[in-house]
Amino acid sequence: MKLLKLVPDDTNIKFLKWRMPFYVVSLLLIAASWALVLTKGLNYGVDFAGGQEITGTFEQEAEAPVGELRETLSTLDYGEPVIQRFGEANQVSIRVRLPDDVSGDPAAANRISEEIISTVTAAHADFRVDSNNTVSGKVSGEFRSTALYALLAAMLAISLYIWIRFEWQFGVGALFALFHDVSLTLGMFALFQLEFSLQIIAAILAIIGYSLNDTIVIYDRIRENLKKYRKMPVPELLDLSVNETLARTVMTSLTLLVALVPLLLFGPASLFGLVAAITLGIFVGTYSSVYMAAPILIWLGVTGDSFVPQETLADRQDRKARGEV
Amino acid sequence: MLDFPLWKRLTLWISTIVLSLLAIPSIAALTNTPLPDFLDNAPQINLGLDLAGGSHILLEADPAQVAEQRLESTEETMRQLMADADPRIEIGDVSTADGRLSFMLDSPADIDRARDELSNVIAGTGVVAEWQLEVLDGNRMVLTPTEQGLDTAVEGAMESAVEVVRRRIDALGTREPTIIRQGDNRIVVQVPGLEDPQALKDLLGQTANLEFKLVDAQALPTDIAQGVANPGSEIVPYAAESDFAGQFEAVRRLGGIRGDTLTGAQQSFDQQTNEPVVSIQFDPQGGARFAQLSTENVGQRFAIILDDEVISAPVFNEPILGGSAQISGGFTVETANNLAIQLRSGALPVDLAVIEERTVGPDLGADSIVKGGIAMGVGSLLVILLMVATYGRFGVYATAALIFNVLMILGIMAFMNTTLTLPGIAGFVLTIGAAVDANVLIYERIREERKRGRRVVAAVETGYKEASRAIYDANMTNFIAGVLLFLFGSGPIRGFAVVLIIGLFTSVFTAVTLTRMWVAMWLKAKRPSEIHI
Repeated sequence: MKLLKLVPDDTNIKFLKWRMPFYVVSLLLIAASWALVLTKGLNYGVDFAGGQEITGTFEQEAEAPVGELRETLSTLDYGEPVIQRFGEANQVSIRVRLPDDVSGDPAAANRISEEIISTVTAAHADFRVDSNNTVSGKVSGEFRSTALYALLAAMLAISLYIWIRFEWQFGVGALFALFHDVSLTLGMFALFQLEFSLQIIAAILAIIGYSLNDTIVIYDRIRENLKKYRKMPVPELLDLSVNETLARTVMTSLTLLVALVPLLLFGPASLFGLVAAITLGIFVGTYSSVYMAAPILIWLGVTGDSFVPQETLADRQDRKARGEV
Repeated sequence: MLDFPLWKRLTLWISTIVLSLLAIPSIAALTNTPLPDFLDNAPQINLGLDLAGGSHILLEADPAQVAEQRLESTEETMRQLMADADPRIEIGDVSTADGRLSFMLDSPADIDRARDELSNVIAGTGVVAEWQLEVLDGNRMVLTPTEQGLDTAVEGAMESAVEVVRRRIDALGTREPTIIRQGDNRIVVQVPGLEDPQALKDLLGQTANLEFKLVDAQALPTDIAQGVANPGSEIVPYAAESDFAGQFEAVRRLGGIRGDTLTGAQQSFDQQTNEPVVSIQFDPQGGARFAQLSTENVGQRFAIILDDEVISAPVFNEPILGGSAQISGGFTVETANNLAIQLRSGALPVDLAVIEERTVGPDLGADSIVKGGIAMGVGSLLVILLMVATYGRFGVYATAALIFNVLMILGIMAFMNTTLTLPGIAGFVLTIGAAVDANVLIYERIREERKRGRRVVAAVETGYKEASRAIYDANMTNFIAGVLLFLFGSGPIRGFAVVLIIGLFTSVFTAVTLTRMWVAMWLKAKRPSEIHI
């Protein structure tokens, strides 16, 4: 039986040839992402903004009366409630942010949630509440800060680990690649105003882990090749390393995608955001490993001699004794 | 590298199979398959509330309220001590402003006696003083709470609050609620499979501080309407559910009875009107106080006050001597029952506000399991097809490793009694990807080594050896990310982290160690000179 080969044996793509334009584009993208995050802001979900997210089913109807619901709930004067189809045609999710003036009142979110549920059930007796998340301003503020710490701590701890296991240049490269991934993911969420929740933090940490997988595999090969081909120019050596690991990169990304896509298509609606973010992150993470983490090593001064231990006097005398000098 | 003596093979097989078998009860439970009786008590995975349905409620107490109540009760104690002193210590100008208790002694000569009387209050029960006493201008005594004293008070209030919450939830008759203290002033309540989360919140939302106070008959209706009370009286609003909602009552501040003398409370029906009421029983002391109060005030009205709201204000038609009474006040059977539960469980020492609630209906949870299961099944099938098509026999080994991997994760989760959540299902998918990645790394390396002309056994050996380094590092970094996710995450997100972390260990075991053993056994048995990979 002929086995499937996704990447032909003698693939030799000059990835690094385009490193400058890609770097420029990526740096611009990072800057644009942060500009978006800072100006447009993230569309914080209930976890981070406080408020409630209620999902429910209209048991007697084929289709949820979204427009009507919007009208009914806008009379409650909690700003614009976000009402969307969620899962089946007769299911909706209702999201109401906590108004700023009551974000300090621990019981406010709870009161508003009760009012929304009673308003909807008064108008539609067949409305069944499937899930209800109510987060007060206090808790959401804590979620925001812990999420931030988690991301920063993960990026630093992982880079530190790489630094210890490899060399400092690799640690910096990994940190930069991670910063790239996190920035672009945040930028994407800011641009499309996708709901940013705790699940997305989990997704970003998963992306960090995955992107690192790629980076480490390539770095490991670079280190190996640096020892093997001492005289090879570094850009060429990086290309060689990326190409050698390309079959693995493609295969792994593909297996992850075939595992994730069914979850996107048939999985529970409440997992969609998490899985979608991870799926996007696979592309971003793979790209950053090749185009961000690898080329930066050139600029950080990695050469064939970088990681050869300094020869001591004793070593030199040994070599002399063997007649090598 | 490829040397597997018998003891090693046996150990690997036994640990794999035992851990995989542990998954069976959980899989049966997830798929609703009946199990033989002897497996009833086998360890099983807990389903998170997002899969099983149920409520997660986070309650928070306000420490400032504890401080305020403590100040009030200290004032009461202080007054009592001064009055009971022999001879009585006359005081005036008592104030509890700024969280401090200050009062004036009529005679500066009483300073030392007053200090002696208060010594127990100041020292409290702990090692460190609970209050700090100062004397200003020779005759003003000021009691300032110490930090230590406040902490002790909050701690005590929270401990008894947890007890009260537990008693109230137990009274609901729900299965296996989890009630845990969190941090200094929070309580997490998790109730699986709860039908009506609102009932739970209603039950926890009230302090249930019951008081009986005499109505101030001298108060003028015009004064009451303006919120002005006679000296020694106070104005209390009627509860929103009562028949007189929106109105007020003037009641005497002192000389009433507190609900902490209750020994029982049940919902019942009034014999004359047949409306739902709550019957209560007092302990002997409370019963005696109630008998005395009702005897002395026949024909007078008394107010039944719950959490500073009047429920009703009936008349003592005759002395109530039996140590029991009934409370009426526009109840439904449900609200009466609720109040009875609250009274039976005792008053909360502090108000608890619901600061986070996550509820999932049982239907949605079951639906999520089915959908997540289907997606996982389809995903795994595609991964398996891809692996076998790419690596042939080696793909089959990877597949077998993958199946053992999933079983082992479930088995370990069951054994450790951890919780599977909805994000945990996504964690599974990611773990499947990561596990396969280890095999891909190894197999690609073997391909390379073969291409470079190494012989089969040497290529396999080098492949495993060289790939292991990257696999190890990659898993370590993922482990770091997983641990941080667990530390900073909450509830369901932690479920994601748990699966990720356990999956890292099992996937290295199955994808690296197990497949190496299988490959080694095959190589030894067949000694192939060529491999398809």
